[in-house]
Amino acid sequence: MQDFLQHLLNGISLGSIYALIALGYTMVYGILQLINFAHSDVYMVGAFAAYYVASLVGLQDSPGFSTLLVLLAASMVACSLLALAIERLAYRPLRKAPKLNILITAIGVSLFLQYFGQAVFGAEPKKFPAVLENKVLVSVAGVDVKTFDIAVLFITVVMMLVLNFIIFKTKLGKAMRAVSTNMKVASMMGVNTDRIIAFTFIVGSSLAGVGSVLVGMKYPSIDPLMGTLFGLKAFVAAVLGGIGSIPGAVLGGIIMGLSEEMVVAYLSSTYRDALAFGILIVILVFKPSGLLGKSQIEKV
Amino acid sequence: MNTQIGETILKVDNLEVSYGSIKALKGISFEVKQGEIVSLIGANGAGKTTTLRALSGIVDATGSIQLGGINLIGKKPFEIVKMGLAQSPEGRGVFPNLTVFENLEMGAYTRSDKAGIAADIEMCFGLFPRLKERANQLSGTMSGGEQQMLAISRALMAKPKVLLLDEPSLGLAPRIVSQIFEIVEKVNSQGVTVLLVEQNARMALKVAHRAYVIETGKVTMTGRGLDLLNDDQVRRSYLGV
Ligand SMILES: Nc1ncnc2c1ncn2[C@@H]1O[C@H](COP(=O)(O)OP(=O)(O)OP(=O)(O)O)[C@@H](O)[C@H]1O
Ligand SMILES: [Mg+2]
Repeated sequence: MQDFLQHLLNGISLGSIYALIALGYTMVYGILQLINFAHSDVYMVGAFAAYYVASLVGLQDSPGFSTLLVLLAASMVACSLLALAIERLAYRPLRKAPKLNILITAIGVSLFLQYFGQAVFGAEPKKFPAVLENKVLVSVAGVDVKTFDIAVLFITVVMMLVLNFIIFKTKLGKAMRAVSTNMKVASMMGVNTDRIIAFTFIVGSSLAGVGSVLVGMKYPSIDPLMGTLFGLKAFVAAVLGGIGSIPGAVLGGIIMGLSEEMVVAYLSSTYRDALAFGILIVILVFKPSGLLGKSQIEKV
Repeated sequence: MNTQIGETILKVDNLEVSYGSIKALKGISFEVKQGEIVSLIGANGAGKTTTLRALSGIVDATGSIQLGGINLIGKKPFEIVKMGLAQSPEGRGVFPNLTVFENLEMGAYTRSDKAGIAADIEMCFGLFPRLKERANQLSGTMSGGEQQMLAISRALMAKPKVLLLDEPSLGLAPRIVSQIFEIVEKVNSQGVTVLLVEQNARMALKVAHRAYVIETGKVTMTGRGLDLLNDDQVRRSYLGV
């Protein structure tokens, strides 16, 4: 029982990070019907941005709250700028092209970033700066609740609340929802759709930036291909929840994290990565629209 | 109809639009004067919707579109709304995942006068009390007629110089249709200039000060609404008598 609770906590913690990354996939899909394969590599660049900023300002080895904030800011800004550049240079010129063209472009951008990372950052793994000290904060029913878990949960919840506020309480958020259901009509309301799309990329990639710092904190070894598998799992989480659905991405991420933790704990760690593909296949066969996805109902 | 008819506000000259190799508009010209209701009527595929799409900048067009003397050709859709054209599109196009209230707010997207927006939402609720009852309902769950009311109101929220309506009667029961046209006349009598596209030629001609008949991408006839309503050829081709 005690073990189970510990795994539960770990799983939710891991799942929150999947959720953060999954949100970027789902938001961009919601607005452009594009699976942004480059998202996972933007996440990777975010981790490296935090790494380099930390060494620049001498924060490699001074865990603490201010370090956390500096790394988060560095990664979020870097991810936003990179995503903006990708959107502007690679995706926007193809706005009127067939969807497949943009999809292939996204794969190209993803590969480019991976090779760029290997060439510029070096292929060998680097040690991520120490973000926080991982102390046991409390023990509940024999379960150690540690700083990392609390930090991950707290930051994720704050991010979700901010996201929720933006989407449901601001004019920009209303425009995002309008553009994602009908871009043409949204433009007839006076919405500069390109600007809303760019904003969506900023929001999604900022969340990926946050995710990269949290991952760096928990598993402090980063390399230019770190986005591939992690991004794939986050993508599966988004599909599981229903791609395009924001609550779906959160739910999918949590399920993904939990099931991964449980599979490793009670079956075998060899199945850790196979699980994602298993989930993907099952969901595509039985419920392609995902748990919370809408199977499009349109009124005529 | 006690509105004062003023100067020409919208002037379209030799408008051409192609979809790939299909030429949908082959040089359409018409004008709308301040305070008028002008109807464009024509059969399926005549090019009515395409004309409105060109006005809103949704499709590329050649020729000239002058709104208050400013050329709109080449402008982006969101710029055109700011310049004073707002459209209730064919098929209504309400945002189903937004509430009625939020849809109306989207209509006022280019405005920042909070008090004015609130007052205009109340004005729309006055025109269509049904919308007020449904203010917090997701608009996708409303009936077709209610959605049409919302689409018209949403376009009004932009406070346009010319209100563009594409087939507001499409798919609605006759009673709702006459209600919608009454509102169009009412809004017009309050000073809103209207360009109305309709297949329901009888209604469209009845409410219009002037009208244009469009056939396969060209204007073939024009005149006062009531004159066209009594024109033999129009009666045979579009009124089924
Ligand atoms: N997106 C499109 N791609 C290709 N052809 C199109 C497109 N939209 C319209 N057309 C063609 O352009 C012509 C004019 O269409 P349009 O929709 O403007 O007609 P309409 O007068 O509004 O007809 P209706 O009364 O049926 O709505 C038609 O021949 C139509 O097939
Ligand atoms: Mg039409």
